[in-house]
Amino acid sequence: MTSVPLTPATSAESLPADWRDLLALTKPRVMSLVVFTGLCGLLAAPGPVHWVLGFTAVLCIALGAGAAGALNQWYEADLDAKMKRTANRPLPAGRMTRQTALHFGVGLSVFSVVLMDLAANHLAAAILAISILFYVLVYTVWLKPRTAQNIVIGGAAGAFPPLIGWAAVTGDVTTLPILLFAIIFLWTPPHFWALSLFVRTDYANAGIPMLPVVAGIQNTRLQILLYTLPMIAATVAPWALGLTGWAYGIASIALSAIFLVLAIAVFANKATESKAMGPEKKLFAFSIVYLFALFAALVVDRWLI
Amino acid sequence: MPQEEDELIRKRQRDRARVMAILLGLFAILMFGITIAKMSVNQ
Repeated sequence: MTSVPLTPATSAESLPADWRDLLALTKPRVMSLVVFTGLCGLLAAPGPVHWVLGFTAVLCIALGAGAAGALNQWYEADLDAKMKRTANRPLPAGRMTRQTALHFGVGLSVFSVVLMDLAANHLAAAILAISILFYVLVYTVWLKPRTAQNIVIGGAAGAFPPLIGWAAVTGDVTTLPILLFAIIFLWTPPHFWALSLFVRTDYANAGIPMLPVVAGIQNTRLQILLYTLPMIAATVAPWALGLTGWAYGIASIALSAIFLVLAIAVFANKATESKAMGPEKKLFAFSIVYLFALFAALVVDRWLI
Repeated sequence: MPQEEDELIRKRQRDRARVMAILLGLFAILMFGITIAKMSVNQ
């Protein structure tokens, strides 16, 4: 990201956007999890795939996620300016015009879907297009500013990558990729609510109705614990249904047990100050490790065992 | 337009042109790779 400060004389209107700011629009850190789960979906699918086509499919998933991130920042520029965590993004910091972000996001969306169709198949391209539209229209525009359940339904947007990776190889969608979708879908609420607990003042200041802001801290802690249970069921299901081997089974049970212990610790915590929210920070950090390790175990199970 | 601002604009234009040239080069290589891969898969 560029550090060139813009004075009134050199505003975003008169300057072409720096390429590093265009890159920052794609939220590269968020993209890493999307790319990884998409790659794992692709590698877990039965059947061969040419490495160039596989690489292109994963690239398209990354570009699609980046495009959705750019459009999200285009729409939420005003909200981002109100939150400490997001105030330095290119749009709220005034380093880029909204029109540039919109053109970049739409262009990248169309490019990623067309390239996916060319390299993989219609189904993978269609699911990629749906995931971008879902994230931008259903989550960002419709749900996020209106309901505390925004993360519950919006979580579907981040759950598409393994489905896309699988469809890129096989051209169809079966039980296992649907379960992979369900795992991420059910993982998203506890993951985001853990974060929203210790940054809730930011969300409150921006007027975003996240669960801790609307329903209170203790209720959010209970919801985290309640959502952890179906998430664990979905995580263990691929092994229980005989769709994966013992390596995934052991990994899923061990990781889920740790997740459950951390979720119980969050539920037991009565602190209201962000500084005293150690269990919430631990759960948030582990939830990222959890998803990475789980999908890595899936690929290990498919290729090495 | 102040000279400093003019230089900043030119620098950004140069940087973006370089990045665009690299991306277009990579895209051409990727399209070549996809074509070869599709031909080998269909054989």
